[in-house]
Amino acid sequence: MLNEEAILNKIKVSPGYPSKERFLKGPVAVIECPEEIPCNPCEEACPFGAIKVGEPITNIPMLIEDKCVGCGKCISACPGLAIFLVNINYSEKEAAISLPYEFFPLPNVGDEVDVLNREGKFICKGKVIKVIEGEDHTWIITILIPKEFFEVARGIKPLKGGVFFGKKENYMSL
Amino acid sequence: MKEKEIDLAVVGSGPAGLSAAIEAAKYGASVEIIDENALPGGQLFKQIHKFFGSKEHYAGVRGYDIGRKLLDEAENLKVDIRLNTIAFGVFNKNKIGLFDQKSILVSKPKKIIIATGASENPLAFPGWTLPGVMGAGAVQTMINIHRVLPGRKVLMVGAGNVGLIVSYQLLQAGADVVAIVEAMPKIGGYFVHAAKVLRIGVLILTSHTIIEAKGDKEVESATIAALDQNLNPIKGSEKELEVDLICIAIGLRPEADLCRMLNCEFTYIPFLGGHVPIHNEDMETTTPGVYVAGDVSGIEEASVAMEEGRIAGISAAESLGYISSEEAEKEKMKCKERLKAFRIGPFGSPRQEGKNKIFEEYKRRVKNVK
Amino acid sequence: MRIVDHPILGKLKERKKVFIEVDGRKIEAYEGEPIAAALLAAGVRVFRYTSKEKEPRGLFCAIGRCTDCVMIVDGIPNVRTCVTSVRDGMKIETQKGLGKWRK
Repeated sequence: MLNEEAILNKIKVSPGYPSKERFLKGPVAVIECPEEIPCNPCEEACPFGAIKVGEPITNIPMLIEDKCVGCGKCISACPGLAIFLVNINYSEKEAAISLPYEFFPLPNVGDEVDVLNREGKFICKGKVIKVIEGEDHTWIITILIPKEFFEVARGIKPLKGGVFFGKKENYMSL
Repeated sequence: MKEKEIDLAVVGSGPAGLSAAIEAAKYGASVEIIDENALPGGQLFKQIHKFFGSKEHYAGVRGYDIGRKLLDEAENLKVDIRLNTIAFGVFNKNKIGLFDQKSILVSKPKKIIIATGASENPLAFPGWTLPGVMGAGAVQTMINIHRVLPGRKVLMVGAGNVGLIVSYQLLQAGADVVAIVEAMPKIGGYFVHAAKVLRIGVLILTSHTIIEAKGDKEVESATIAALDQNLNPIKGSEKELEVDLICIAIGLRPEADLCRMLNCEFTYIPFLGGHVPIHNEDMETTTPGVYVAGDVSGIEEASVAMEEGRIAGISAAESLGYISSEEAEKEKMKCKERLKAFRIGPFGSPRQEGKNKIFEEYKRRVKNVK
Repeated sequence: MRIVDHPILGKLKERKKVFIEVDGRKIEAYEGEPIAAALLAAGVRVFRYTSKEKEPRGLFCAIGRCTDCVMIVDGIPNVRTCVTSVRDGMKIETQKGLGKWRK
């Protein structure tokens, strides 16, 4: 179950996945939440009523694709970080993917990053065009990738050289 | 020895204990919460991820903010929270012995709610005593509360929600999670929790387990192996991983010693963590006047703990006479309805089955049930 | 290793520092934190050695239950370092076996 193909197949048949036609119409939310778990903040977050969970709240979230305008508000509202925004027609050759990100250091606009699929395998290089702070410490990073990877590009390999640790000499004296 | 009479003593200031105290105090009961820790909130303050559930369960809010909200509510209702105080024993059926690091006090509550949560299951394997082998909860406390990283390269044992979430939090804290091993053929946690770590390159190996931890004085490496259908290691499949921290996340069990001291009867429900104190739907145990709520009554999750806490608090207030039976029924019904959402679906229904077995046992053992 | 910045928890806040002595070495700690946290931050993970096999032991449960983390604190052995707070000038020693009470 933990390989890209199996995961993608499971997601594609869930009601949160847009149709091919909708992808071609413009930016759209892609909800990758295929299990019945009790959770519905996505429904509350969408200002256009494009996400429906209803009762019981274990229902798998459904995307009402005609109502989705691609605003991306749902990306940082989802506690499971399971919603992405895909703009397949960003340019002639590129698609833009916006994904939730909660790691430091944050990439900078203009950086080139390693883009990974759902299994964590490297698929291509991507260019960061937007880094904005969404709701409550969930950042939204938009990357440009070759169009053909729009269905599989879902992760960014975390960057090294963070600002994590104090210097060793601050707390060890010999 | 100081003795103190009180309407309701709540042991444990986690989500269940705080929710119980808030409800009872709302109806006018005098409530005191007892907690052995220096900080209240139980596991809530270590939970830096956003919670699931619905608005009533603070969905989308990070655990520590939920903890803060509950604490503020309890403080506003003038609930006394005794920290650094351990409830070490029960005497004469209803007196609780408390030790607050300085002296012994005796609490004489009319009703007691035990909300002492759970503790982690250990896993024994060669080298398991080496420094660097820790419970996942221990690691979570260190990284999220004390801002200390106990190791740089981690092997996580267990892919339930705790294993997956703590792995993610270790990555946020700057550690490198080399692999997550899960003995069962499928991961036990939610797909979305696994997806979060998979898509940044963490390896999840199902049907695998740790068979040895090696190191001179501390963990320096771990040997993992694949398992066959009978969960036996497959010879030749061993792999050595260079790690300095091994996290054990193989399940929780209720911390119900006080219930035993209060003569509560127990039953064994593997899916809910093992030995659980028998209780009815109003959270009362087989010992009248003693209630349970949260993980101590069966391992579920924080949102369930909050609802069970509310039910126990309302039940205690009802039996103390602070709320009429009709109003209590109405309020409890609202909590029970919300609880239903957490006990359906592939993850929830086995827990509902477990709870049903507990309720049946209660009916079997307690005569003259209402 | 101390986490000085974090995507969710933010920058480590300035807190009062104290000095504790571990086997004669001075180590910096934050006032009020558990001894075990200060030791782990300084890279010290071996807290004691067992009586019979002289095996190294350290933090395991961090919740005051397993007693694997006990050390000699200000002359008193078998102190659970995961639930005991540091104090300025505290003397901590690696415990060998059951430890000895200092007179």
